[in-house]
Amino acid sequence: MSATGIGAAVRRKEDFRFITGKGQYVDDVVRPGETRAVFVRSPHARAKIKSIDVSAARKMPGVIDVLTGADLANDKIGGLICGWMIHSKDGTPMKMAPHPALAATTVNHVGDAVAVVIAATVAQGKDAAEKVKVDYEVLAAVVDPAKAKSGPQIHEIAAKNTIYEWSLGDSKATDTAFANAKHVTKLDIVNNRLAPNAMEPRAALAEYDSGTDQLTLWNTTQNPHVARLVISAFVGIAPEHKLRVIAPDVGGGFGSKIFIYPEEVVCLWASRKVRRPVKWTSDRSEAFVTDAHGRDHVTHAELALDANGKILALRAHTIANLGAYMSTFSSSVPTYLYATLLSGQYDIPQIYCEVDAVYTNTVPVDAYRGAGRPEATFVVERLVEVAARELGLDPAELRKRNFVKSFPHQTPVIMAYDAGDYGASLKKAMELADVKGFSKRKREAARHGKLRGLGYSTYIEACGIAPSQAVGSLGAGVGLWESAEVRVNPTGSVEVLTGTHAHGQGHETTFAQLVSERLGIPFDSVSIVHGDTDKVQFGMGTYGSRSGAVGMSAIVKALDKVEAKAKKVAGFMMEAAEGDIEFKDGKFTVKGTDKSVGWGDVALNAYIAHKFTGAELEPGLKETSFYDPTNFTFPAGCHIAEVEIDIETGKTEIVNWTAVDDFGTVINPMIVEGQVHGGIAQGVGQAMLEGVVYDKEGQLVTGSMMDYTMPRAHDLPSFKVETTETRAPSNPLGIKGCGEAGAIAAPAAVINAITDAIGTEQIAMPATANAVWAALSRATPRAAA
Amino acid sequence: MAMTMTGEVQLAASRETVWAKLNDVEVLKACIPGCEELNMTGENEMQAVATQKIGPVKARFKGKVQLTDLDPPNGYKISGEGDGGIAGFAKGGATVALTDKDGGTLLTYNVEAQIGGKLAQLGQRLINGAAKKVADDFFQRFAAAVAAG
Repeated sequence: MSATGIGAAVRRKEDFRFITGKGQYVDDVVRPGETRAVFVRSPHARAKIKSIDVSAARKMPGVIDVLTGADLANDKIGGLICGWMIHSKDGTPMKMAPHPALAATTVNHVGDAVAVVIAATVAQGKDAAEKVKVDYEVLAAVVDPAKAKSGPQIHEIAAKNTIYEWSLGDSKATDTAFANAKHVTKLDIVNNRLAPNAMEPRAALAEYDSGTDQLTLWNTTQNPHVARLVISAFVGIAPEHKLRVIAPDVGGGFGSKIFIYPEEVVCLWASRKVRRPVKWTSDRSEAFVTDAHGRDHVTHAELALDANGKILALRAHTIANLGAYMSTFSSSVPTYLYATLLSGQYDIPQIYCEVDAVYTNTVPVDAYRGAGRPEATFVVERLVEVAARELGLDPAELRKRNFVKSFPHQTPVIMAYDAGDYGASLKKAMELADVKGFSKRKREAARHGKLRGLGYSTYIEACGIAPSQAVGSLGAGVGLWESAEVRVNPTGSVEVLTGTHAHGQGHETTFAQLVSERLGIPFDSVSIVHGDTDKVQFGMGTYGSRSGAVGMSAIVKALDKVEAKAKKVAGFMMEAAEGDIEFKDGKFTVKGTDKSVGWGDVALNAYIAHKFTGAELEPGLKETSFYDPTNFTFPAGCHIAEVEIDIETGKTEIVNWTAVDDFGTVINPMIVEGQVHGGIAQGVGQAMLEGVVYDKEGQLVTGSMMDYTMPRAHDLPSFKVETTETRAPSNPLGIKGCGEAGAIAAPAAVINAITDAIGTEQIAMPATANAVWAALSRATPRAAA
Repeated sequence: MAMTMTGEVQLAASRETVWAKLNDVEVLKACIPGCEELNMTGENEMQAVATQKIGPVKARFKGKVQLTDLDPPNGYKISGEGDGGIAGFAKGGATVALTDKDGGTLLTYNVEAQIGGKLAQLGQRLINGAAKKVADDFFQRFAAAVAAG
């Protein structure tokens, strides 16, 4: 391993510019003549728009235009779409309601945009927005997903507010397994709704060039090409070749910046109308009512076991709240990203899951770090833990008895696990967490009036999203391959153009490590280019822990082609047959001789083209590859949380955290550890602090950071993070992916630890001090026994 | 977002005097904090404009105010709907009851209100405190108006 190659803990290239304030985010881009968009948003969860009067707003200083949903409709601008078709059990397609970028007739959540002011400054825009008079007829709102089916109908297309009633697995076989079970564990679970809160709020800047009829959009997006495709093909703003989307530095996404939102559509449309660039930057308050939220499941789940603690079957019924409109990938999250992972790390012969997706008058819900897989893990890992407690078995022992041990393993819910060693990660985590010493620590804590609990989460996820044909057969509207272009410059430096996008992941570092190792050139001679549809031909962006497994595999394939061509060039240079050239550590050698040429010489000769004729070889050294994976990857691992609870106050402290993850090949262990840290923090946030609350009228009660609690450093211990490694057989590097693991594993580990301590399973997330105290006062603590 | 508030204030005047002041638009206008306009538009119906600042949100509310359940000189219900534009809305009412006490009049009030939009989103922590302050300011001024005769 070289100092900057695969496996080296190289410091992140991008951090210098981020830490010194030199990052270029959308809001940092300033165009000549730029105007600002300020949106007028609904204060009601559900209302008819009787009239909108913009006349007073138009007269305000600095106002260039005021546009409404009626204007948008007049210009025949299409609505936003959901790009993954799900069919109900009865074969009917999902009920996708119209989602105009500006509401014209009805508003369906607090924050739904009804008009936009285009003004010279933000302050002038805000002043003018106050003058827009909207006359609403307020209607009763639907807020609680569990009661959505009986509420007033929100969209004409969706009777009973039901988007689909979907199922996966064999219902009859599962019921039979339950009928024959010795023990059944039952749980009612609410997977709490989360607000994503990336550090950089969303932003869009659109510029229209009337000379070329070309639109450019700078946008906080995780997938600029997908944004361009949807805005072009479905919204119909401009043909694809007349629309350039640039995603410059983006400060965190966590899924929330995958989606195509109304604001970028409106900025593009408005920029062409007013013939000036139009910029919008969300503020934090706006983010709370417009960024797609995450999770929000209500689930009843059951686990059937035999007398020996062997799992026979699992069944679940989930109500998934998708909010007021179907966001870009919302339909796939509670279905193919959720129910397909209900086998966990276990050999479960039968699984059946029903999912009812419903509309409510709340912000749309879509993928958020882990997307479906945290919800699945929470169901499986809570069931397993509770089953062990009910059967009087050690929770680690019950897990071991049921782990999948031979690969490949076909689960009853589509996924075919290809590699893993679940016992190894559990064993290593138990050693690191000193599980043996726990009972002593528990007694010690009791002496100080504290309750101690230990919770496991042996999670699995499907990453490396995704084999295109497979997801196509499940309803995806796109393929999920990735592209790479490797451009070798005449001086031997390399630019890699990738269709993935980094918004905190460190691709400029890890991708350069791969190229450095493979070509034997200095790490600093490699640049990574992403986030611009004019530079990168096409790509599917970054989410689902796919950039390593899929994006880097595409780079590997392009590098293969570069090497093959470079060998030809070297052959001409050394007058040797192409087949006799060996390439190692940046040097081309004629086999069995001491004749060699360096990487830089070959690169130069590829471009000056003096050693070969045009008939023999094309000049230049640039190769492209599209890589489509043949399977998902299956990162898995074991997280163990240990908590200490103050009996008097319910205050819960995480005292130990152990994470042992199998991510396959690790390119940069420091970056991987950082990803694990961030993921755990987000998972702990969900488990103990975060939760979006609406009141019964649909008003957002947790609408600012005063009321919505984000995790902070003092809420978290120093993590013990280790890895085990089984290579992913489906991609050339053996990478599985690490971006979501912490957020997937953590909630179940925390709640298993808390419930272990307090002796009752009846606690919902977020398990705040108040909730733990209330649960304690209802329960008879096991700890006292 | 629902908000409730109850309170009472002892006034050094007869029930009839207090009742008259409670029905005097000019008195109400002078006592409502931030009130810019309060005009009778019909029997027991007024049009109001008032500016309120709650935490980071400043809003100019426009709306109708209605007096119902009139029971002179024992009390009424005052209710209204205010549209604060992009800041959101407030609607609700207060039942006001007058009883003789200690040679004067005890006024008790019972407020129920709904708040929505940015006000609910940002002012959640502040709304009860802000509402209490508005009520306190109102009754302080109202007591002074009653005392002034």
